[in-house]
Amino acid sequence: MQKYTIAVLVNNQSGVLNRVTSMFRRRQFNINSLTVSETESEKFSRITVTYEAEPEMNHQIVTQLYKLPDVIKVKELNKDDSVNCELMLIKVKNDPAARDDIRTAAEAFKAETVDYTRESVIMRITGDSRRIDAFITLMQDFEILEICRTGVVSLERGSTTIAQLDD
Amino acid sequence: MLLSGADIIVRTLIEQGVEVVFGYPGGQIIDVYDSLYRCQDEIRHVLTAHEQGAVHAADGYARATGGVGTVIATSGPGATNLVTGIAAAFLDSVPLVAVTGNVPSDQLGTDSFQEIDITGITLPITKHNFIAGSVETLADTIREAFRLAKSGRPGPVLIDVPKDIQVAQAEFTPGEPVPAAEKQSRADVTEAVETIAQCNRPFVYFGGGVIASGAEQAVTELAEKIDAPIGCSLMGVSGVATEHPRFLGMQGMHGHYASSIAMHHADCIIACGVRFNDRATGDTGRFAQGAKVIHIDVDNAEFLKTVKAALCLKGDVGLTLARLTAALKKQERPDWWDEIRKFKAREEEQIDHREGLVPRNIYALLNDYLTASTPVVTDVGQHQMWAAQYLRFEQTRRFISNGGLGAMGFGMGAAIGAALGTGERTVLVTGDGGFGMCLTELATAVSNKVPLVILVINNGVLGMVRQFQTIWYDRHYAGTVLDRQTDFVAVAEAFGAKGARVRSLAELQEAFDTAFAADGPFLIDCAVHRDELVLPMLPPGGSMDDIIVKVED
Repeated sequence: MQKYTIAVLVNNQSGVLNRVTSMFRRRQFNINSLTVSETESEKFSRITVTYEAEPEMNHQIVTQLYKLPDVIKVKELNKDDSVNCELMLIKVKNDPAARDDIRTAAEAFKAETVDYTRESVIMRITGDSRRIDAFITLMQDFEILEICRTGVVSLERGSTTIAQLDD
Repeated sequence: MLLSGADIIVRTLIEQGVEVVFGYPGGQIIDVYDSLYRCQDEIRHVLTAHEQGAVHAADGYARATGGVGTVIATSGPGATNLVTGIAAAFLDSVPLVAVTGNVPSDQLGTDSFQEIDITGITLPITKHNFIAGSVETLADTIREAFRLAKSGRPGPVLIDVPKDIQVAQAEFTPGEPVPAAEKQSRADVTEAVETIAQCNRPFVYFGGGVIASGAEQAVTELAEKIDAPIGCSLMGVSGVATEHPRFLGMQGMHGHYASSIAMHHADCIIACGVRFNDRATGDTGRFAQGAKVIHIDVDNAEFLKTVKAALCLKGDVGLTLARLTAALKKQERPDWWDEIRKFKAREEEQIDHREGLVPRNIYALLNDYLTASTPVVTDVGQHQMWAAQYLRFEQTRRFISNGGLGAMGFGMGAAIGAALGTGERTVLVTGDGGFGMCLTELATAVSNKVPLVILVINNGVLGMVRQFQTIWYDRHYAGTVLDRQTDFVAVAEAFGAKGARVRSLAELQEAFDTAFAADGPFLIDCAVHRDELVLPMLPPGGSMDDIIVKVED
């Protein structure tokens, strides 16, 4: 199994996300993370999907996606040629005994404190998934109350865009 | 001109060249029916007994004619009754446009009476589907549905039209029938040419994609050039004439012995418009292990899905084959044909020489009544496999069978559609199980005087499943023994058709004489012993080495 990140440029219409995720479900492919948003053009949305698959399965995923009329382009993004990023909010119990350690860890990771009460603290951290995983591991020394991750967003390095991709 | 949405639907169907539309009315499609009433001189509506019959009829119409089949149904149950038929068309890549009514837009999502999320339900079984969003874009949406249905790999498209959009008005400008997307073939054939030139035992294998592409001749031309035998999947049957000297027949689970074995021993398989379904390959790990597979298909997603082909050529099958054949040198392979003759001799040893009303004799007699242009439609089960094995075809699109979904009950509707599409007397070969599922469409056949010869291979059991139980389930005949008291001839008569019960070949001949001269549908209830088996047989998940040609008592 290999990790894949793909960007799918689709028509910005209701139901399209459902068509894309339904294909993954139908073909028994498991999605690790998914992000969707409008793009530089209001006509299109960009869906970023990460998943693990065998190379033949990945061929299936890409070719099956291209069969959906609402899918304009599918771009595989490899780690070296792209910028990958996700954002996490993490809520940790603000135990007086742990306060200093939490603050030190947050500073080391440049995690920003966005909510602070006597009982809990919420930190915001961005970066690639591995960095975020590492921060979670660190926070496991304390009591994690809630985690919310956006999933990966990814852009190819350099001036080329997904819209310029050949069919 | 200013038209209602309902009129726009009907006008656009007419514009797209639709001559016959199958359907069933209901509360949320009533406006479209009003429009059909007013346009009855320009488009024929065929009312079926059940929406499932209507969608199978549209499917049979499309398969037999090569055009797009169309079906109309109301919201809720009307729409859900289409589901099996849409799935049948999807899995066999049949171009179909289904129009469903739905509740007014402001009631969508409120679970109002007969409201159902039919676009959600049909998402995985359509090429695409639409909810009509406005009356202004309705005509173009329908045109796009036709373009999608027939372009590339064909398939069904559904348009769900809320009631308010059927009533609202918009300007309509009639257009031309939309063409299918231009056929393309850009794949590099150099490596394929080298592979074929270097191989010793090539096998040309084709499926439904060849019929969809109109590439039947291209297949035989390639085989001639490289001196190869030809075999096909179930979906390919009738694509090449049964009597063609290179044609070994259907391969696969119940395929012709020589065809399956030749494919198994080939060192190069040129696979055209096929998707290597499990019924065709058996265990893919042991499938034709010594062969390099050259896979030609219009659908990129079929490559490497089940069989890992050495070469994948994406493009229209006909155009790609033409380029391939042109680049190849004429070859002769006498040694390979010596082997093939041995395979055929072994197949001949297996021929069932019993006398009387046994499957082979029944189908042999039917062959005498078929003309080159007679469409033969089947249901699903043993009778279907016997039809694929024993019947003789001269023209393409004359064997109509639901391969992928394998939906029992397909036959009656599809036969009506095929008969109306071709204007030919049509034969339906069915079983007592499959016929029992959708026999209400006898009413449609009678009302429309459809010339149908309905041959019910009646063994009183669900023979195909029973066959599995015989061989692998210690003869535990759970749920497969029908032994119903149904009198099919009386049923036919009750619907206003005619029929005959036959218990001997002589009676069958007499019945065929009457049936092939009848005005409308004629049913023949033909008794077959319940222990008849379809052979050869490949155990599920087995390989051609495990092929079963004989089962001891």
